[in-house]
Amino acid sequence: MLLLPYREQRIEKLRRAIYRKKQPVTLFTGQRIIMTIQQIIFILISAFTLFMALVVVVDRNLFRAAIAMMASFLGVAGLYVLLEAGFLAVAQLLVYIGAISILVIFAIMMTRRLMQTHESPFNSQPIWGMIGAALTFVLLALVAIRTWPQSDFPGPAPVPASVLEGNVTQLGLMFVRPDQLVLPFELASVLLLAALIGSIVIAWPEKKS
Amino acid sequence: MSEELLTVFTWLTPAGPLLTFFVIILLFNRFKTLSWVLAWLGILSSWIFGWTVAFNIIGDFFENYEHLVENPTVVASSIAWIPAGTFQQWLRIGVAADALTAIMLIMVPFVTTGIFVYSVGYLRWGEGRGVNPVKGKPNHDGIDPLFSRFFAFMSLFAGAMLLLVVADDLLLLFIGWELMGLCSYLLIGFWYARTYDNPEATPPRKAAVKAFLTTRIGDVFMLLGIVFFYRVFGTLTFTDAFTAESLENAVNLIGVGLIAVMVLLLFAGTVGKSAQWPLHVWLPEAMEGPTPVSAVIHAAAMVSAGVYLMLRLFPLVAVAIDTVPQAGIIIGGIGAFTAFMAATIAVTQNDVKRVLAYSTISQLGYMIAAIGVGAYIAAAFHLITHAFFKSTLFLGSGSIIHGMEHGAEHVHDHHTDPQDMTNMGGLRKKMPFTFWTFLIAGFALSGFPIITAGFWSKDEILAETWFEGGQGEVLAFIIFWALVIGAFLTAFYTMRQISMVFLGNSRTKLAEHAQESNRFMVVPLVALAFFAVTLGWGGIPEDFPIFGPILKENFFHEFVGTTVEATLEELAELGVISGGIEAIPTNNFPLIASITVALSGLFLGWWVYGRKSLETGQQDPLVRPLGPLYTFLFHKWWWDELYQKVIIQPTKTFSRKVVYELVDKGIIDGTLHLIGRSVFRLGYYMKRFEEVVITGGVDWLKDQVLSLAQEFRTIQTGRIQEYILVSVLIGWALIVVVLLINSGVLDGILN
Amino acid sequence: MIPLWWYLVVAALLFCIGLYGVMARRNAVAILMAVELMLNAVNINLIAFWRYTDPADTTGMAWAIFVLAVAAAEAAVGLALIISIYRSRDSVVAEELDTLKY
Repeated sequence: MLLLPYREQRIEKLRRAIYRKKQPVTLFTGQRIIMTIQQIIFILISAFTLFMALVVVVDRNLFRAAIAMMASFLGVAGLYVLLEAGFLAVAQLLVYIGAISILVIFAIMMTRRLMQTHESPFNSQPIWGMIGAALTFVLLALVAIRTWPQSDFPGPAPVPASVLEGNVTQLGLMFVRPDQLVLPFELASVLLLAALIGSIVIAWPEKKS
Repeated sequence: MSEELLTVFTWLTPAGPLLTFFVIILLFNRFKTLSWVLAWLGILSSWIFGWTVAFNIIGDFFENYEHLVENPTVVASSIAWIPAGTFQQWLRIGVAADALTAIMLIMVPFVTTGIFVYSVGYLRWGEGRGVNPVKGKPNHDGIDPLFSRFFAFMSLFAGAMLLLVVADDLLLLFIGWELMGLCSYLLIGFWYARTYDNPEATPPRKAAVKAFLTTRIGDVFMLLGIVFFYRVFGTLTFTDAFTAESLENAVNLIGVGLIAVMVLLLFAGTVGKSAQWPLHVWLPEAMEGPTPVSAVIHAAAMVSAGVYLMLRLFPLVAVAIDTVPQAGIIIGGIGAFTAFMAATIAVTQNDVKRVLAYSTISQLGYMIAAIGVGAYIAAAFHLITHAFFKSTLFLGSGSIIHGMEHGAEHVHDHHTDPQDMTNMGGLRKKMPFTFWTFLIAGFALSGFPIITAGFWSKDEILAETWFEGGQGEVLAFIIFWALVIGAFLTAFYTMRQISMVFLGNSRTKLAEHAQESNRFMVVPLVALAFFAVTLGWGGIPEDFPIFGPILKENFFHEFVGTTVEATLEELAELGVISGGIEAIPTNNFPLIASITVALSGLFLGWWVYGRKSLETGQQDPLVRPLGPLYTFLFHKWWWDELYQKVIIQPTKTFSRKVVYELVDKGIIDGTLHLIGRSVFRLGYYMKRFEEVVITGGVDWLKDQVLSLAQEFRTIQTGRIQEYILVSVLIGWALIVVVLLINSGVLDGILN
Repeated sequence: MIPLWWYLVVAALLFCIGLYGVMARRNAVAILMAVELMLNAVNINLIAFWRYTDPADTTGMAWAIFVLAVAAAEAAVGLALIISIYRSRDSVVAEELDTLKY
């Protein structure tokens, strides 16, 4: 519904081309739940990820929240592996867990003096926030399921290993090709540089005169 | 000389001075020497053009007399000026020259040039700046601060007079006429800042206003006359209107009675301009202007214009006075009465210029009286001779005043009036040129027999009136005797003036230290005095004993007569008038009367005033014998006071009581106040409306918006998380709505 | 075989948890961490769609990389801001930073 028509047609064509002979798999088929190992692993990783994310959001102890965030990121990286995006999983580990989380922990430690653990972790609107988040989730889930129903996307299509291996090469080429993403790529570089310099400038201690 | 060139010259005659006026006013107002040089050049150009035209006509007269009589108008040129709807034709302005124009063109530039020369000295050119020059006041020890302006105005004056002289239609004539009115106002009030300690004396500013307004009365009637003229003749051009046919048509159209009314309306203009009773009161006070101005107003230009108008209109005037005797009686009666009255007043005046002013009025009365009895040529003759000797007298009086002021400077006496004749005496030796020229001109004015011009011209007027009286008109006799008495008085007051000023002992220190004036003033005096004598010889009747046969013919008579002779003859043939112009037979009675009164008047004047010099502060010898009559005359017949009581005061009272208090304050102001109050009230209500409804409404709206804003501003908590929450909720709601619409769930509701 | 919607629902859940954190946490650093969670949810979506539609086309992965870069920049700047605010105001409580209040 929310997608543009041509996109829909394209997806329909792809679906027919790829899944013509596949037997449709449903979560709830009636008598019993049929689960593959892959599905079990997915559920476990997802549960871990989401649980850790909840800890991040609700834990009184900020430091513990940061550690939980790292765990959550790890779970996301697991999902990437499940999706056969190895490069991204590695990037996730490096950037999020290796860089961003460490940065956050630094910040927490530097501001720690103020954050006593006996204080409430929430502000004045935890209930309303929960309502808002819940409503958003309902909407998103509804849209997701209705737009990409199980019948259309029962599972990832098997692709030759060569395609997946060539991904990284193709990605690299994509970032440097003038007719593709070289401009956004360069912009991202500038953005990172600007953020770097900006961070230093902002966080530079004021001179006391 | 070709006719075209003559035409051009006629057009150009007034151009020089008129141009000079603009050049001086616009460009050279600061350059005093250049100003008088330019003014001289301007008037000299007029002199050259005017005399060329005039002497061409005189040449025609001598060479081709018959032709000139048949075609008196030598030059006639006109241009279309204003489209006049009623008659399907253009109103034309143009110039013309005939014998009358010729003699005026000889006289006006000559006299004016003399006055211009004189003015340079009179306004003390070349005497330095002076100690403390004040604009608009006479400067006694240096050049006048408004020197350039004076010459500009004088040029305009001369140009206007020449324009009037060469004009061939009433319109152009009236333009020149009114220009002179303006110039007289400007020049009489030239010393506008001058004030007098004596409250009875009229300062120049008031004199100027009086002159302007008084002549305006006559001009209004004259304008009516011009309109009437145009209505009857369908043209304003003299050469078209004054043909015998045109005049006959006019008589047939409206009758002689209305023709007389038209003439009298136009005559009213003359009364104002030539200062005839009852509008004579402005002229004596016009003496407040600088003396050259007095000379140009009273001799060459302004007052002559009035008489000239009558002469110019003479064919019409002739029809009127010939067919309607009352018209002639009115014109002649006014002239004679003025001549007599002004002469009596002049006898008692002590101001040297005022005597001459009344003398001018008197002499103009002679001319008007002559016109009233139909003595066209006599009037023209006296006009010319009078212009010469009267301008000499005025310039001489200016010279006297100058000499007296010099004495005043010398003895540092600024309280004694330098114009009062009782302060003079014995100036003969101190100012010889002035004395002799004054004496000559004075004798001419008095009509000293045989040699002076005034004698011949005045004699002719007397002879004409006597002749008319002989025709059986009783009133002409009265006019004659009035003029004779006037002539006697003229001789008397002239001799009185000469005696008081020049003869005897000096009565004050001023007179003792008087000095002859500079050469700029003396030269014109001599030149003009020469003509004051000799000019009369051109008009000696041919049958006068001894002199007549020598000159063979009366040149002036014949020459000026050509202007109207043919027209009048034709009119006589058509039966409109009884007779044309003819030389009257010499009658010894008026001649003897004229000689007798002139000589006796002069002698009596000398006997009373000159035989034994008046002492300082001595009463006028006439006071005792005349008694209350003297007072009456001294106060100028109480005319000013009479006008004050009868016209000015009632007018003022009427203006104040009726017009101002009743009409203006009561009705007009009342109405205005009513309107004003109504509008004010309306405005007040509108103001209230504005205050209550509009301002209140706007304020209410503002307060509402403000309080609403006060309510809503609390939304701006500054907390980012609240914003996010609200955004999420609203965004969620919007997306849900969009989804519902897209999915068609809401179709039933919306449709 | 894992249906696509599983991934989408997990990502949505992760996103909403992050959103909740953004809306409800007191500490600015915690908010930043919640934002990181949301970004991860987006990335899961991107990768999932890539894999389930056309794995030969790496555009989805490229965008995921961009998100990664932006997240890094955001973290750096955000944390620098927090440090700066902490220095000047002695507080990292988001609710107290209401200088833009009416």
